[in-house]
Amino acid sequence: MEKIRLIEVKEEILGDNRELADGLRKRLKGSGVFMMNLMSSPGSGKTSLVLRTIRALKNELKIGVIEGDIDSVVDAETVAKEGVPAVQLRTGGFCHLDATMIGKALDAMDLAALDFIIIENVGNLVCPAEFDTGAHLNAMILSVPEGDDKPLKYPLMFSLCNVLLINKIDYLKYASDFNTDLVKERVRALNPGITIIEVSCKTGEGIDRWADWLKNRIREGRK
Amino acid sequence: MHELPVTESILAIVLKHAEKNKVKRVVTISLRVGELSDLEDEWIQRYFDYLSKGTLAEGAKLEIERSPVVLQCGECGMSFHVNFREVDEVVCPRCSGKKNSLVSGREYFIKNIAVV
Repeated sequence: MEKIRLIEVKEEILGDNRELADGLRKRLKGSGVFMMNLMSSPGSGKTSLVLRTIRALKNELKIGVIEGDIDSVVDAETVAKEGVPAVQLRTGGFCHLDATMIGKALDAMDLAALDFIIIENVGNLVCPAEFDTGAHLNAMILSVPEGDDKPLKYPLMFSLCNVLLINKIDYLKYASDFNTDLVKERVRALNPGITIIEVSCKTGEGIDRWADWLKNRIREGRK
Repeated sequence: MHELPVTESILAIVLKHAEKNKVKRVVTISLRVGELSDLEDEWIQRYFDYLSKGTLAEGAKLEIERSPVVLQCGECGMSFHVNFREVDEVVCPRCSGKKNSLVSGREYFIKNIAVV
C-alpha cells in the first residue's frame, strides 16, 4: 500500500481570473477609461438600455461597447449603428464573459480614443456573477415581467451589483402583482449600498436620472 | 452552469502542485465552495473525470465542503446564517434589521490534495 500524503494548496479557484481582472482595471484607469459591466436575464432590455445610455451620453463622452453573446452578432450591429465602436465576443456556448475574454476585446479597441466602455454580458443571472470582468462598476437590470421574487432566487447577482435598474416600468399597469417596494426591500436586505433606479427604455422614463447618476460615477472613476 | 471553466481551473491548480511535489498521482482534492455558488457537485466530478484523463489527477475524487451563507446586520452587527432555498425574507434574527451585507458564501477554494 502506497503512503498517502497531504499537500496544502490553499488557492482560490478563480484567483487567476480575479488577478487578470484587477490588471484590466489598472490598465483602463491608466488610459482614463471607465468600464461598466451590465448583466441581466435574456430579454430584460440590456441592448435597449445600452442604446438609451449611448444616446444620453455620447455628446459628452467617447463610448465603446463590448457585446457578449453565445453565438450571434446582432447586438454589435445594432450598437454600431449608433456610431460607437463595438466589439462582439462570441462565447461559443459559454454562459458568461471572463477577464481573459474582456482582455482580448480591449486589445481590439483604441483605448486612447475612449472614455467609457459598456460590457453587455451574456443574458444570465447566474454565471456572470461569478466571473470578475475587470469592470469598475457592476450594473444589473431586473424587468417588471420577470417578477419581484428574483432577488431571492439569484442572491449572488443582486448582492454584488452597485446599481440595479428596474426596467419596463411602463408594464406596471399590466403587472399588478409586481411590488416595486418589495423588490427594493429584498435587494437592500442583501446589499444595503446598492442604488436602485426605475426606468422604461421604451418610454424613456427615468433615463435622465440614470444618465446623471452614471455620469457622476464615470467622472469620479476617471479621476 | 459554469462548471466547465471552474473545473479547468481546479485541474490546472492541482496539476501545478502535483508536478511541483513530484507525486505519482492525486487521490483526492478537497474544495471549499460557498453555498451561494450554483455549482453541482456531480457535474464538477463528471467534468473533472473527463478533463483529467491521462494526467496525474486522473481518477481523483473531489470532496466538496460547502461553506454557509453568512450575512452581517448593518444595524446591530449580528452575523447570521441564511438558507436562500428556504426563506422568503432576509432579516436579522436579533433586531429584524433589513440592511445586511454578505460576509461569506462566495468561496471557491482548493484546500489541499491527497497524493501518493
